[in-house]
Amino acid sequence: MTGESHGAALLTLFEKIWTSHLIRRLDDGRDLIFVDRHVLQETTSAPAFEGLRRADRAVRHPGLTVATQDHIVSTAPGRTEDTNPTGRELLGLMRRNAHENRIRHFGAGDPRQGIVHVIGPELGLALPGCILACGDSHTSTVGGLGAIGIGVGTSEVEHVLATQTLAMARPRRMRVRFEGRAGEGVTAKDLILRVIGEHGIAAGRGCAVEYAGAAIEALPVEARLTLCNMSIELGARFGLVAPDETAIDYVRGREFAPKGEAFEQAARLWRALRTDDGAEFDQEVAIDCSRVAPQVTWGTSPQDVAGVDELVPDPATFADARRRDLAAAALRYMELEPGTPLDSIPIDIAFIGSCTNSRLSDLEAAAAVARGRRVAPGVRALVVPGSMAVKAEAEARGLDRVFHDAGFEWRDAGCSMCVSINEDVVPPGARCIATSNRNFENRQGPRSRTHLASPAMAAAAALSGRIADVRKMRPA
Amino acid sequence: MRQPFTAVEGVMATMLSANINTDAIIPSAWLRTATADYGRGLFGGDRYDAEGRERPDFVLNRPPFRSAKILLAEENFGCGSSREAAVWALLQFGIRCVLAPSFADIFYENAFRSGLLAGLVDPATLAALAQSASRHAGSPVYRVDLPARTIAAPDGTGYGFQVPDVLAQPLIRGDDAIDTTLRHADEIEAYYATANADRAWLYASAEQG
Repeated sequence: MTGESHGAALLTLFEKIWTSHLIRRLDDGRDLIFVDRHVLQETTSAPAFEGLRRADRAVRHPGLTVATQDHIVSTAPGRTEDTNPTGRELLGLMRRNAHENRIRHFGAGDPRQGIVHVIGPELGLALPGCILACGDSHTSTVGGLGAIGIGVGTSEVEHVLATQTLAMARPRRMRVRFEGRAGEGVTAKDLILRVIGEHGIAAGRGCAVEYAGAAIEALPVEARLTLCNMSIELGARFGLVAPDETAIDYVRGREFAPKGEAFEQAARLWRALRTDDGAEFDQEVAIDCSRVAPQVTWGTSPQDVAGVDELVPDPATFADARRRDLAAAALRYMELEPGTPLDSIPIDIAFIGSCTNSRLSDLEAAAAVARGRRVAPGVRALVVPGSMAVKAEAEARGLDRVFHDAGFEWRDAGCSMCVSINEDVVPPGARCIATSNRNFENRQGPRSRTHLASPAMAAAAALSGRIADVRKMRPA
Repeated sequence: MRQPFTAVEGVMATMLSANINTDAIIPSAWLRTATADYGRGLFGGDRYDAEGRERPDFVLNRPPFRSAKILLAEENFGCGSSREAAVWALLQFGIRCVLAPSFADIFYENAFRSGLLAGLVDPATLAALAQSASRHAGSPVYRVDLPARTIAAPDGTGYGFQVPDVLAQPLIRGDDAIDTTLRHADEIEAYYATANADRAWLYASAEQG
């Protein structure tokens, strides 16, 4: 963790963290970097452990590794590993592989269980300035604390298990500046969706993205986690926000965070972690937050997004011919006509959850809309907390009553209807407003149709029975 | 060591769409067990109808593309989820090489780690290859040579593609990435010892609780 030094090259936040983890520059030009934390989940790790066994290799730093069960675990209230029989095999393998390799395992039944990207920050495992790897593309989430999160495939999970390192090309540098103040009802989810809408799902390919500007500094940590979460939907493997007192206060007192004098020592280093004035970026874009409305997707890619007060676009209006074809195909799949007001589209399901939007503040935002109202007839509405700790805290604040009274399901923690690997699946042809991150064809189940939005927007749609502008909801 | 990769010769299928994502390549329904038949699941959402029957209009269900070894696609292939099963599904189906103008970052890394060649073709080459493939639709057998970075069409026409050496060489040699890294085991331990002396809290804190 290099501080600023006179005469040295001006560095970005990302470069400072990366350089402090550099073991060596490899002959092929890549960097061999040390991984401080490795988080495992059940659907991408079993073959990695099998690979270790075949090669007779050990887990190099079991103490820096933790495992949970989130993807295929049932979210039925009171669930166990056996509730979803299909998931038993992978859940059992996670538990057994963790146990045999002396890796801490926060599985179903453990109060620390939850979605990898929710429990990392929540437990104090993800710390500012650290490098955290996980076999999931949304690992960039921890960038909200000023950590480098690296989403990897199973081969790289095995590589980290065996070596506690990754060999990677240093990414290019990209910065997204957020100017102006976001209006009422506009959340971090809306801001990142707008950036993806304007710049496309490949804008950040090959890049580490830093999110900066006064609007970002004003965000609480949970909102920063949401913002960094969707870096991969911008095409970037890495996304981060400079750690500040807000981030440091968030970390203080968490279970696995340093304590006492060690914490103060760490915090001094964290305060130096910011991009030097004048440091160069390979690519910079800006967005005016004051012009962003609550966003909702209309197509089958996160870049197919518009303000809720807009109309389903006419594909003919896209200048790029390829984009025109993609938009037309997306509307066919979504069964939507150009010119339809987005806030008139009826929905069958509202899903509030996922690593993007399942933290306490997300549930509070949804509950604020739902309080004193009822879910529209015929709509299934689910709230799936991101972790069992989030669930417990929400219950301590009475949010579960608000949701129950309004007719929402109140479930146990897991990835649920974002990835639909467990039994939480959108039926064929049904339309779901979801606080998750991907609206791909078939993502939430065969022939499912997904509209991405913020938690407050999902709650508003659940109550209205159609996509609705949360800013127009009258007090109950 | 894995099987060294030098060349692949076989049928080239074309899927001329941009942003083919990993959920499409291997839907989550095929990720529920440790022993799933990923090859059967390849493009499962598009390849089968609601009753699980093959859709005859899907390219990989039609001869000669049922035995495709090469896939030609458009920009940003493999975007979305990090699931490496997307690579395994292509390989188990028999596809050993995907050619596209660009690949999503994680898929690109996963491909080489698992022995799938992801070759970059510029847009002009993509268009020329697509035309070539439709001219040779009866027997679209192409040969992709990795060391030479060439693609030979059935009529002998040659095309170029790119793979950075840093990724090509390990594939050609059949290197095991973990073995390669563990040659630096001493340096890894030296780094850890120094880092642990400088900021013991970083590692000690993970082990508490």
